Amino acid sequence: MSTALQYLFDALSVGSLYALGALGIALIFGVMRLVNFAHGDVMTFAVFVLIAPTIEAVTRLWVGAWPTPLLVLSVLAVGALLSVLAEWVLFRRLRKASPATAMIASFALGFVIQNLLLMLHSSRPKAVNLWPQLNQPVEVLGARLPALQLLTIAVAALLLAALAWMLRHTRAGIEMRAAAEDFQMARGLGVKANRVIMLAFALSGALAALIGLLMVNQTGLVDIRMGAPMMLVAFVATVIGGLGSLQGAVLGGLLMGAVSTLLQALLPQDARAFRDAFLYASVIALLLWRPQGLFVTGAQRQRV
Amino acid sequence: MTRISSILAWRERRLDTPLVLSLLVLALAAAIAVSGTAAMQRTACEVLIRLVAVVGMYVFIGNSGVISFGHIAFLGVGAYAAAWMTMEPGIKQQLLTGLPTWLGEASLHWLPASLLAGVLAAGVALVAGAMILRLAGIAASIATFALLAIFNVVYSNWDSVTAGTSSIVGIPTAVGLWQACLLALAAIWLAHLYSQSRFGLALRSVREEPVASRACGVNAWRQGLVAFVISAALCGVAGALDAQFLGVVSPDAYYLDRTFLCLAMLVVGGMGTLTGAVTGVLLLSIVKELLNQLESGVTLLGLGIKLPAGAQEIAIGLLMMAVLVWRPGGLLGTREWGWPGRRGARGGEGAVPLARAA
Repeated sequence: MSTALQYLFDALSVGSLYALGALGIALIFGVMRLVNFAHGDVMTFAVFVLIAPTIEAVTRLWVGAWPTPLLVLSVLAVGALLSVLAEWVLFRRLRKASPATAMIASFALGFVIQNLLLMLHSSRPKAVNLWPQLNQPVEVLGARLPALQLLTIAVAALLLAALAWMLRHTRAGIEMRAAAEDFQMARGLGVKANRVIMLAFALSGALAALIGLLMVNQTGLVDIRMGAPMMLVAFVATVIGGLGSLQGAVLGGLLMGAVSTLLQALLPQDARAFRDAFLYASVIALLLWRPQGLFVTGAQRQRV
Repeated sequence: MTRISSILAWRERRLDTPLVLSLLVLALAAAIAVSGTAAMQRTACEVLIRLVAVVGMYVFIGNSGVISFGHIAFLGVGAYAAAWMTMEPGIKQQLLTGLPTWLGEASLHWLPASLLAGVLAAGVALVAGAMILRLAGIAASIATFALLAIFNVVYSNWDSVTAGTSSIVGIPTAVGLWQACLLALAAIWLAHLYSQSRFGLALRSVREEPVASRACGVNAWRQGLVAFVISAALCGVAGALDAQFLGVVSPDAYYLDRTFLCLAMLVVGGMGTLTGAVTGVLLLSIVKELLNQLESGVTLLGLGIKLPAGAQEIAIGLLMMAVLVWRPGGLLGTREWGWPGRRGARGGEGAVPLARAA
């Protein structure tokens, strides 16, 4: 029983990270049909402000030494600002371009950000130990879980609820949903395109930064390449959820978490190293059955 | 009617684009072979191998308009296949215990090994592409990214066959400038013949007008798959050449960095045309070499200049973004090169690729 519970919590905590990642990608895809390959690198950039730039092996905390609330806020702000800056400098000029052109530009941007970090911090992974007490195990219903896992689940649940509320009940949220549904129509009805897109980018960047913070606490490391694996899972989650659907992205992320935990539990010992390969392969197989994504609705279907 | 279409078909089937491009490549290779230093010859060989890879990517990306992030996986598949086929049997059987006996005892010449590596990559592409190409434009691109990740996970962990993340060393380095040049020329001609064949035309019609081409009886999935397999074969050959040029393979050599570089070359030159693919490789390779020099430090007008590591990728990334913003068709535009004075054939809107449907 407690093992099953353990797996459930594993699945939920991994899944909620994936869900937040997928949401960040879906928010931007929704308003401007951009598949943002730089998302993972925005996350990496945001957590790298925790440490002072140096190419030496020792890590010196920078923002990481600040009081917790200020630290969290600054990291989120850096993520949001970088994301908005990317929109302002690059993606704004690509609004009329085809989705493929914009996608490949975001891929290039991700590389530029990553190599900027390489320049400032060198390519060595660096140890960052922010809140060691979070790795203490906590007893819940007979299962022993790291406190961080509970925190991850709680933060994700809270954020998802807050976002859902915002999207339904605030003017900005409603505008954003309208823009995702039909951008031209929304503009015609007085939605300010730039504002909505900026907001989507800011939210997405802040979400990325948050995932970064949670991940750093899990691994105790920052690495200039930490963005890519996260981003890939998040992408695949948005595809299974149906590109552009926010609920789909969240459900897709949770599903990826569940499948990866299941694989971890069920695969024989020597096949475990190949878990991610099985994960992606199973997801591609899933898409054969529903190429539009699992949770897609009529309005979001791609029209030919 | 038949007359007109046959004339059009004839006009389309001109061979001056690959001829001009092959002469260009041949001239550059010859110039470097005759007058270049050993280091320059090695660089030129690298460039030619890259040319095979990027032309391979063009066959799929250029004609289908679907961006693939997964083609570098085929390079990796080809590189490892070449290692399995050409290494000294004694060393190989000791290092890679999981190889089947017939492969463990094999010790092939570089050319058949490279071609067979291409066949293996094509086989992998047939299976993977059959699934991935069921998806529409953007979703297919993401699935190709997943393919790259699958390759990396599998080859990094399949210790008995790939030696895991530690590299395989001791592959005979039979490939030099001329070997690479031969296959680069072959790649250019194959890519041209494909894109002028009815398969290539059908796939480009899908790229331009998915609905109309379907109404004309074009099976988009099948045409995409044909291009995917051919381009994977070329990439597999490129990987095999790479392995037999360097003598070393490791899974991380065929991952995101290489994907970025090859895509940048395709984009900067223009992904809709063969001319773009070839010139993109040549242009960016020159830029990359210059930056390489700057990163290792040079003295210019008495000033020591040394760029920090990473400057190269940043510069290439910025160049790529600039091209995408201001010249989405690529620096060379959307026309193929031909003889001077003759208007080149249009590579088409492929310039602005993909799936307006998406």
